[in-house]
Amino acid sequence: MTEGVTTLSAVAPKARPILGRDDWIMRWGLLVLGVWLSVAVVLPLYTLLSKSLEDHGGRFIGLANFAEFFATPVLFHSIYNSLTIAIISTAITITLAFIYAYALTRSCMPGKAIFKGIAMVPILAPSLLPAISLVYLFGNQGMIKGVLMGETIYGPIGIVMGEVFWTFPHALIIIITALSMADARLYEVAESLGTSKLRTFFTVTLPGARYGVISACFVVFTLVITDFGVPKVIGGQYNVLATDVYKQVIGQQNFQMGAVVGMVLLVPAVLAFIADRIIQRKQVALISARAVPYHPKPKTRFDMAMMGFCCVVGFMILGIIAVDAFASFIQLWPYNLTLTLYNYDFDLRDGGGWASYRNSIVMASYTAVIGTVIIFAGAYLVEKIRGFTVIRSLVQFMCIIPLAVPGLVLGLAYIFFFNHPANPLEFVYGTMAILVICTVTHFYTVSHLTATTALKQMDPEFEAVSMSLKVPFYKTFWRVTVPVCVPAILDISIYLFVNAMTTVSAVVFIYSADTTLASVAVLNMDDAGEVASAAAMGMMIVVTSAGVRALHALLTRGIARTSQAWRVR
Amino acid sequence: MRVREYCQKSALFVAAAAVGLFALGLGGGAALAKTQLLVYTAIEADELAMFKREFEKDYPDVNIKWVRDSTGIVTAKLLAEKNNPKADIVWGLAATSLVMLANEGYFQGYAPKGVEKLDPAYVDSQNNPPLWVGQRAWIASVCFNTVEGKKKGLPVPSTWQDLTKPVYKGHVVMPNPNSSGTGFLDVSSWLQIWGEEKGWAFMDGLHKNIAWYTHSGSKPCKQAASGEIPIGISFAYRGAKSKNKGAPLEIVAPTEGLGWDIEAFGIVRNTKNLAAARNLADWSVTLKANKIYNKEYAVVAMPGVAKPVKNFPKDITKKMIKNDFAWAAANRMRILKKWQTRYGAKSLPKKK
Amino acid sequence: MVTQETPAGSGDQRTRYLKIENITKKFGEFVALQDISLDIYKGEFICFLGPSGCGKTTLLRAIAGLDIQTRGRIEQDGKDISNLPAAERNFGIVFQSYALFPNLTVSKNVGYGLVNQRMGKAAIGERVAELLDLVGLGDQGSKYPAQLSGGEQQRVALARALATSPGLLLLDEPLSALDAKVRVFLRQEIKSLHRRLGVTTIMVTHDQEEALTMADRIVVMNQGTIEQVGTPIEIYRNPMSPFVGNFVGTMNFLSGVVTGAASVRLGAMEFDCANGVGGLTEGQAVTVCLRPEEIAVRGVASGGANSFEVRISGLEFLGSFYRATLQAARLGDMEIIADFSINEVRDMTLDEGATIQIALPGEYIRIFAED
Repeated sequence: MTEGVTTLSAVAPKARPILGRDDWIMRWGLLVLGVWLSVAVVLPLYTLLSKSLEDHGGRFIGLANFAEFFATPVLFHSIYNSLTIAIISTAITITLAFIYAYALTRSCMPGKAIFKGIAMVPILAPSLLPAISLVYLFGNQGMIKGVLMGETIYGPIGIVMGEVFWTFPHALIIIITALSMADARLYEVAESLGTSKLRTFFTVTLPGARYGVISACFVVFTLVITDFGVPKVIGGQYNVLATDVYKQVIGQQNFQMGAVVGMVLLVPAVLAFIADRIIQRKQVALISARAVPYHPKPKTRFDMAMMGFCCVVGFMILGIIAVDAFASFIQLWPYNLTLTLYNYDFDLRDGGGWASYRNSIVMASYTAVIGTVIIFAGAYLVEKIRGFTVIRSLVQFMCIIPLAVPGLVLGLAYIFFFNHPANPLEFVYGTMAILVICTVTHFYTVSHLTATTALKQMDPEFEAVSMSLKVPFYKTFWRVTVPVCVPAILDISIYLFVNAMTTVSAVVFIYSADTTLASVAVLNMDDAGEVASAAAMGMMIVVTSAGVRALHALLTRGIARTSQAWRVR
Repeated sequence: MRVREYCQKSALFVAAAAVGLFALGLGGGAALAKTQLLVYTAIEADELAMFKREFEKDYPDVNIKWVRDSTGIVTAKLLAEKNNPKADIVWGLAATSLVMLANEGYFQGYAPKGVEKLDPAYVDSQNNPPLWVGQRAWIASVCFNTVEGKKKGLPVPSTWQDLTKPVYKGHVVMPNPNSSGTGFLDVSSWLQIWGEEKGWAFMDGLHKNIAWYTHSGSKPCKQAASGEIPIGISFAYRGAKSKNKGAPLEIVAPTEGLGWDIEAFGIVRNTKNLAAARNLADWSVTLKANKIYNKEYAVVAMPGVAKPVKNFPKDITKKMIKNDFAWAAANRMRILKKWQTRYGAKSLPKKK
Repeated sequence: MVTQETPAGSGDQRTRYLKIENITKKFGEFVALQDISLDIYKGEFICFLGPSGCGKTTLLRAIAGLDIQTRGRIEQDGKDISNLPAAERNFGIVFQSYALFPNLTVSKNVGYGLVNQRMGKAAIGERVAELLDLVGLGDQGSKYPAQLSGGEQQRVALARALATSPGLLLLDEPLSALDAKVRVFLRQEIKSLHRRLGVTTIMVTHDQEEALTMADRIVVMNQGTIEQVGTPIEIYRNPMSPFVGNFVGTMNFLSGVVTGAASVRLGAMEFDCANGVGGLTEGQAVTVCLRPEEIAVRGVASGGANSFEVRISGLEFLGSFYRATLQAARLGDMEIIADFSINEVRDMTLDEGATIQIALPGEYIRIFAED
């Protein structure tokens, strides 16, 4: 029996897929996320842009503000200063971080875990803290001011030192990852060919890690150029773009010019961001082949040298923190060195007192919980939705934008957007909610990428299986996706919590009398000359972040133990 | 299986906690029965707690919420919110700023009960009822660290002009008038003492000696107190306070005259808590309030109340210049802009 | 395009279960499936066979509703499902990656779809036990997937897919991730499971051996179209295109020219073809196809039909047989691959360099017009 069918495809009916309940829920979910991100990222940035093109009265004046900016040598000079600081800091940070990372990955020195832990300490502190410590160390009454040989710490030297401390762990994490991806076989080949150690370093090690190093450069560069905590405290009269935004907006409430500086600040951040994206795309291709992990062999002299280096760097990091802690207990440096808790009586000082510390804890907790829920669920939707391609790519793009937006710029944009009387969301202005929204948004992208990576590691067919078994996707999300991704979820929440504790740049524009924050209190107390109390509040932040991190480590270990039956590989 | 339950339970808990906490955080404030009075102020934080305590003792139904920052910041914030004011009352802000804000139509007139007992110079004379009422005056002073001064061989300055001498190069800090009310009253007083041309010339000279400009008006004195800098141009109250705490300071009142300003209040035009705002206004002109003002400040609005304050420079009141608030308010923007252009960026601190 | 199908078995007891009509699937500009039409009958075991990128998985996913086609209709059990979302279709699916939920035990995995069917706990437990027994994992229910071998995991996946008694079982390269031995074993397991349950099954594979051993009918696909549908024997014996011939089994492709109603010329020689030349006209350039094992060597007399002299230029031992590369002056550059049994090689002392007589049996010669 033979059946022959001849048809022209034009005749066949076009499929008009009926959307199932899952599809509807996911699409609505994605739309909600899209609206959220529009409100939290896109619209504020748009408002910022339009503000920079308006005069004080709100009339459109084109690029006149920009013309004024570039015609004001004082402001224009800040660009030069910012770039100088960023380039020098990046060079120093990357060099130190590379050697440190090299020691951690390629030597057999003892105490690697401890050194790695020490290197992460700066992440727990707001960027204001190292600057305060540097004042105590190298200021005019500094403990070891002689080291500077008459140079003043107030200015580029202090800014660079503070930035290096603060950005060090960020660079280190990236470079460690890059160096850990090395393929042992390449080293075996090099050795079998009798290649010298130095040549191996330049022909195998550096090229292998180059994308990581470049990526780290961009990260550090962006962090430095957009940070204002360090230059604010120790910059003296050395103006940089970040402090200009602050001065224009907070000091003079010149929002239009603030918006202009914000837009200018956006340029290097966006450029670095785009360059990094391009490079990372290349890196993916590089590591797709499965490599054999490299295991260093003990070499006493090399290991000792590496350990010596790490000791010096580690000592400096801990020293900065220790100085801050010490200063916070001193009655009146340098005239009255009795130990006291007086500086911890925050209620007597500017910045909101102990309430600001409590606010910070509350804000960080909201940010961690709400942020994790939104970001993880959002990443899931973006990753798993079927069809809906235009909206999906749009939302995906919006998830990435925050990485390129400096905190100052975001905070500024929030004032314009949320404090507009015509905005129906105006009621969140001045509340805890806007701080949470802002902080979640500020740190959205890194968390989103963490979630995406975790989701990509899962079998892509779980959802197909669920559909075939008529189980709604959200049940599988809850029963399978979430439990499997618990480590990533914890990582995201801790990342959000610690950053919410330490961030200053975005929230400094939008906190209110009821929602003062610890990190902002550090800034305000320093501004008011209460440096010891600023140091004390800084310590409260460090201790809290460290405590939460320790809790996270315990929790992660606990989960690893209870889930080891199935979490193998 | 236990793992799964564990994960689910904890996740459920977390989610529930999130929703609960968020709702609490958003709605919590509204649940309280007391009137929340939003007060914008530039008074130092260490005094605010006392004011709040004493006022709320007399008016238990009102709960003060402070928004505190430097004078310049509060002023700028108020200006920024001009179309959509948030504050109920501006209280303890420089009269210069209040006059300027009043010109923008920020305030509603109100004559607090007992206002007639105040020195008329402290009450808005342009409007009736007055748009603003003064509380007390704060006066410029120079904080000189005797220990550091001796170490560096610096003589104690006795005039403003002394501060332009080369010997003080890099040893003086002053507040940035753009952010600090103290900084502005300094600049404004110099311009009023010597006239514009000579005033700016003096500042050019001073600028050469300035190590850095600070954000707040109290920081120069605090930095002088800690020896971070030998000389800080600040105000008398801050200097006296630090000296009382044991800092090796001498509070200098330069002989040419001292800039000063009045801390004053005005009720915002669109306040939703008018009754509570008026309560604070009434309270602020009482004898009790004036006595509290006098705890830290030597010059208050109610005549005959002021007693000398410990460690205040002697005869400081006699050195106060004749301050023209109307002129200062009208020219504030112009002066600040000019100052910013001239001294806004001290790009690199000079080597010593 | 013409597709021809010859269903398994004879008689007309067959009920059509799945009717695929003119399915086209585009991904942007790329056409993954082009106007595919196919009927699948109840209880059949169908294999979609083809090289990677031929569209076989795309077709499977269209049937499942996971990636709905751009154009065309699909009918399952008399019901139009063309536009239904996957969750509203009736199928179970097994993937190459197993897609087992790692944090759930084997029992929970198998019972995953049952929980949603409002079955009692006891009933679920019973059904899960029954399914685990069915796939021979009766005692492994409390383990986690990661504690099982690959083959065991795939059997769990199979049990899970069958748990809800779907009308259609879809297998997407289910054996590709497994070791060769396990693969052969599981092949038989799946086949016997199919025999027992009689569930209509579609399996996607790129492995011709799998398709030949397991399928009732094979659908050979290439570049988004169906090349041929037929029983394994039909596909092997009567490939309808050079592609099918080449993809399933090994095939000699020789360039020739039609010289008559039943004859072609290869090089300088003329050959009879018993099956004719399929209506091709004289002088038409054609590809002449012949499987290596169809080349006769024993008892070929010089001057016999379709016989000629060749030299063995290469001889490769492949375990159960030898594969020889043959050259002949009169064939020009063309080489012929021939499989000789061990007996033939021994008996006839075939060796590299030897010159022998072979025949290309006319009944096996297939002729396709050259493009």
